[in-house]
Amino acid sequence: MFESLGGRLEDALSKIRGKARLSEADVEIALKEIRTALLEADVNLLVVRSITDRIREAAVGAMASRSLTPGQQVVKAVNDELTDVLGGATFRLGYASRPPTIVLMAGLQGSGKTTASAKLARYFKSQGRSPLLVGADLQRPAAVEQLRTLASQIQVPMFSEWSTPIEVAKGGVTEARRIGRDVVIIDTAGRLTVDADLMEEITALSKVVSPDYTFLVIDAMMGQDSVNTARAFNEALEVDAIILSKLDGDARGGAALSVKEVVGKPIAFASDGEKLDNFGLFHPDRMASRILGMGDVLTLIEQAERTIDEDVAERGAKKLMEGKFDLDDFLEQLRQVKKMGSLKGMLSMLPGVPKELRNVEVDEGELAKIEAMISSMTKNERSDPSIIDASRRARIARGSGTAAANVSALLKQFKDMQKMMRTMGIGPGSATKRRAKAKPPKKGRKNRR
Amino acid sequence: MSIAVVVVVVILIFGAVGVYFLWPRRRDGLQLGVTKEPEVGMHASGTVVSSQTEDDKKVVEHRRGIDGSLPKSRSLLGAALARMRSRRALGEELWIELEEALILSDVGVEVSVELVEAVKDKVFREGITSTDAALGLLRAEMIKKLERQDRHLNIDVAPPAVILFVGVNGVGKTTSIGKLAALLSSQGKKVVVAAGDTFRAAAAEQLEMWAKRSGVEVVKGSSGADPASVVFDAISHATAVGADCVLADTAGRLQNRQNLMDELRKIRRVAEKASGTVSEVLLVLDATTGQNGLVQAQGFGEAAQVTGIVLTKLDGTAKGGVAFVVEEKLKIPIKFVGIGEGVEDMTFFDPVAFVNEITGDVS
Repeated sequence: MFESLGGRLEDALSKIRGKARLSEADVEIALKEIRTALLEADVNLLVVRSITDRIREAAVGAMASRSLTPGQQVVKAVNDELTDVLGGATFRLGYASRPPTIVLMAGLQGSGKTTASAKLARYFKSQGRSPLLVGADLQRPAAVEQLRTLASQIQVPMFSEWSTPIEVAKGGVTEARRIGRDVVIIDTAGRLTVDADLMEEITALSKVVSPDYTFLVIDAMMGQDSVNTARAFNEALEVDAIILSKLDGDARGGAALSVKEVVGKPIAFASDGEKLDNFGLFHPDRMASRILGMGDVLTLIEQAERTIDEDVAERGAKKLMEGKFDLDDFLEQLRQVKKMGSLKGMLSMLPGVPKELRNVEVDEGELAKIEAMISSMTKNERSDPSIIDASRRARIARGSGTAAANVSALLKQFKDMQKMMRTMGIGPGSATKRRAKAKPPKKGRKNRR
Repeated sequence: MSIAVVVVVVILIFGAVGVYFLWPRRRDGLQLGVTKEPEVGMHASGTVVSSQTEDDKKVVEHRRGIDGSLPKSRSLLGAALARMRSRRALGEELWIELEEALILSDVGVEVSVELVEAVKDKVFREGITSTDAALGLLRAEMIKKLERQDRHLNIDVAPPAVILFVGVNGVGKTTSIGKLAALLSSQGKKVVVAAGDTFRAAAAEQLEMWAKRSGVEVVKGSSGADPASVVFDAISHATAVGADCVLADTAGRLQNRQNLMDELRKIRRVAEKASGTVSEVLLVLDATTGQNGLVQAQGFGEAAQVTGIVLTKLDGTAKGGVAFVVEEKLKIPIKFVGIGEGVEDMTFFDPVAFVNEITGDVS
């Protein structure tokens, strides 16, 4: 979601990148564009101001230093600044020495607290913990029902009763002790920061249960108000960390950046999909490198490990390298990749993808079309597409409900890919050649050591 | 073209992943959570690298700066404007301050600059010298831009009039339906609501409770049922009982999810085939949403031909300025605003009140 911000920044910087001499005017123009890019990404105005001020300082330093590449230094200053603002270590969650560990969820209406509560419970479960979900949102109609349904989907017990939110929260903690659950997640009603009564209520609730962690759920699509919201909740509750929801949208996520900068609290978790397993620890460094166009291979690989059949992947990759890769293998791959999530999302995590391809609109519906076309081919056709003539093509198109032109396009592209892979040194070649091509693992290898 | 792209993308992704799986010692010490060491080489040329302690101090300082300078007032622009009014001369500072105040209300850079330029022009042309008059001009300019739209709810069609509610997750679709149902039935209309959100857990129950509050009938399918068929059934039922309106809920969806947008297209198509008339498709927009609101309106507009906006959660500190951008750029009128959790907390959109909220009642 952050890539478009990265692209905009790149455009702003491209004009000064190669300059041997940098005038004040050059810097001001670039800064103005950086400001616009950040604002359009919903970074809070005051945060933008302090970011650009610090970049300006660095730029002035670069101009004074008589460096041969002042433009490069400004680019570096921008990168450092963003990594700094967004960066930091991944949140580390500890557990209370005397269980249960109590987690309180808070946020505005519709920020995604109930869903995040269930996803968090699922996360704890996957860490070998035994969570209890507590439904203390007695405000929104059927919020408790929603939590109950989600709880049963992930097979986690759920507690609620028809009293007051504080009583429910207290009762939840007692219940957890009674049935031996070691993490309690308390879902609360969404509230506006200007609603004094409700803000007091959650302060009181927090005092009564004294949570080990208080998470503020923030919608990744939020605008300038993110800062006010985060600050008001932080004043009422002493927030420990942020959970960023709806990160799978196409918002540029300035809210994430702003909140972290202003209240100084880390983003602990991020939610990036509607399924209950689309949730995990937030890795600021990875996100920073994604903004700056360096890809995010680690997240991609995690996703792959979660969803992909390893044997199929290995077989496919081997064939890809040996140049024996046919349409059957491609179909298998396509089905695996489909399981991993949206193509565009994954594409944004690959490093070194040219901007043209990165920004291209990928129609996920085409996947189904391609699947249908290959499924309509005979075994011989799949292993040797060159035998497909006009009449076979018409049959395949009919069988898959597509047009003959689509079939041709697929075959042509597949042939081109095969040719390309051969020239790039995949295919029967030396081991070193092979390794040189394997760009993503190169990065992975570095981290592995 | 598109097929070609997909082929390339699939192979790229799979290539990367597959090669990873093939890598021989891949499990030796691979720790995905580990934070990368900063690259030492980058600092080698280091003229701009300042020491750690200095950096820390700077961060603390500017944090305090932000804390101190962010007005707590409900209207950011209002606070800025109050400051401006104490000044006598109209200068560059005023324009910057106006622009930034608009941006803080989520009006976005482009539209904010346009608005301020327009005011600036007029001020020079008409030789205006007072800050108050300049602010009045800004307000008039904004109201003027909102005046051209037809905001009435179109339900004067062959009954039942079908109103579809669409939007991303958590904006308040179900709540808005509950409130609009109450509003319409208080006007003597017979309303049926359709629980077309079959995805989110307990969404139908939530709508049912709202229906009870506003005394209208609800038609629902089983959880996970085809939403289009639920909407179709509701329309058929409404026809049978002689209802005037059907308010149809849909599951929240992000506009970049192609398959879900296709589902929405289908819901609309199927609703049109039923016995009523799809007279409105209302996009529910959360006032806290930033510039993505415009992208949402484009996405949903394209998939479901949105006819109006319901701007929710306007009772908070967010001003919903992006709705202004949506109306200005896409000519989709804002029709209703949501201002609370009660059943009556929905009103018709009033441009003057909206602009006053953003500009902090200049008059």
